[in-house]
Amino acid sequence: MFDEKDMILEAKHVTRRFPASGGRELTACNDISLKFYKGKTLGLVGESGCGKSTFMNFLVSLDKPTEGEIFFHGKDITKMKGEELRQNRQNIQMVFQDPNGSFNPKMRIRDIICEPLLNFGRIKKSEKDAVARKYLEMVELPGDFADRFPHNMSGGQRQRVAIARAIALEPELIVMDEATSALDVSVQKTIIELIVDLQKKKNISIGFICHDLGLIQSFAHQIAVMYLGNIIEVLPGENIAETAKHPYTHALLGAVFDIEMDFSKKIESIEGEAPSPLDVPEGCPFQDRCDKCMEICRHKRPETVSLSPDHLVACHLFTNGGANE
Amino acid sequence: MLDINDVTISYGKTPTVKDFSLHMDEGQIISLVGESGSGKTTVIRAVLGLLPGGGKVTEGDILYQGKTLLNLTKDQWRKMRGSEISMIFQDSGAMMNPTKKVGAAFVEYIRTHENISKAEAWKKGVDMLERMRLPSGDNIMRSYPFQLSGGMRQRVGIAMGMTYQPKILLADEPTSALDVTTQAQIVRQMMELRDEYGTSIIIVTHNLGVAAYMSDYIVVMKNGFIEDKGDRDHMLHHTDNPYTQKLLAAVPSLGGARYV
Repeated sequence: MFDEKDMILEAKHVTRRFPASGGRELTACNDISLKFYKGKTLGLVGESGCGKSTFMNFLVSLDKPTEGEIFFHGKDITKMKGEELRQNRQNIQMVFQDPNGSFNPKMRIRDIICEPLLNFGRIKKSEKDAVARKYLEMVELPGDFADRFPHNMSGGQRQRVAIARAIALEPELIVMDEATSALDVSVQKTIIELIVDLQKKKNISIGFICHDLGLIQSFAHQIAVMYLGNIIEVLPGENIAETAKHPYTHALLGAVFDIEMDFSKKIESIEGEAPSPLDVPEGCPFQDRCDKCMEICRHKRPETVSLSPDHLVACHLFTNGGANE
Repeated sequence: MLDINDVTISYGKTPTVKDFSLHMDEGQIISLVGESGSGKTTVIRAVLGLLPGGGKVTEGDILYQGKTLLNLTKDQWRKMRGSEISMIFQDSGAMMNPTKKVGAAFVEYIRTHENISKAEAWKKGVDMLERMRLPSGDNIMRSYPFQLSGGMRQRVGIAMGMTYQPKILLADEPTSALDVTTQAQIVRQMMELRDEYGTSIIIVTHNLGVAAYMSDYIVVMKNGFIEDKGDRDHMLHHTDNPYTQKLLAAVPSLGGARYV
């Protein structure tokens, strides 16, 4: 399904540790390897605090990993500095969760959309109005919105402007950090439709952070599931209800409220909460909440095994270690 | 048990909620769904007499067990809130005083309702937290709200709200700020409240999946009006209201529509 030559970005063994109080270390991302393909969407799911946003921040060079490399068209973006880094920012853009917090409240929409273009000298000041209108229309907003301020718009409209700003530089990859979580379901649907439409027109790759598997499976080509800083499963976006293997992915699927579901059945959900990333247990990170936990899970961290070319899973149920014991 | 009759609620001159009527029986779970700004929260705040700044019920009546709730005195409200009707907010952390430990707030809450000693109130609090499946209640009582996770704070909120086993629990987007897994746990817990204590619940949510799973009766609001209402089966499968159908179509569903 995925062609290696269409790969535009590859993260290799990325690890990020933060210093914590008492001389301890907090491992936010542990040995993460992921691949982004041209024109495809990668959905990254997991509970809060599992390191999804930390990882995506590396891609947009807002933070640097402690170990590991991220290759964008063969160049390691974690080593970039100065002008090279600045120029590279044109290729990877970001849309944030809260459109209120990511705009300057005193700037007009016209200036918000055109600022990245002016920064890189792509347009002249005199062209601002025409360009802003063009991008507003691209995200299905009336061109007159160029004169407005962010507070004159609804949440869904603001998120459209954020998308317009992100696509203005014609980036190859857009990172969306829970871009629809703050919106109503009906608005969320129209934003997703817009994103998919733009992706098809412009062949953009998207990294989408989300905690709702029900939503992400509707438009992602591949889905990576993260737990306590570890990628525990990477699978194609189709039919995840049938293809998912890892017990944690099943737990996430069981927690989706669906209007088609059987209401007489009790909702399945794993108990408790993820342990603090400060004391990740030895062995499998998911051991304490897993109902299939075996002896080996207590002391040995599962290696990632590939079930098919596009399906990776890190669980002892699928390693030889699990089968032998 | 609770009757809301043709209520109109206004902030200032323009009405926010118009001609809202609802009848609730004991042990019933009712959902109010709708987009932001449709007046869902205003309705349940009116029930508890907690309309913010200048909000007023200008027409109609709200009856609890046959008696109106609209002209209660402060003292009467104090007896009503917490023991008869209680509320859970979207973020229970924001409802708690950030400079006070959970225990101090909880003890204060219990002692305004009951004339007992601090030690007894503390014990009651711990007991309540543990009943809401919060392990080591003592530890939580000694924590500040910011030290707890969102799911734990929400359980503390439910524990506080349920201490005196109110007959009606009003829940304002109780799971919107939570992870899917925690959301499932909280939803399950609220359903158990009904089974154990016979509590009636009005839940405000924009998640139609949660509304459909939990409730017996669903009310769809739009721009301050009731757009559509009916029991769950009717709303999910037989309604011909285009707005409800649009909302239902927007719920992401496993194995549902794929755009790619």
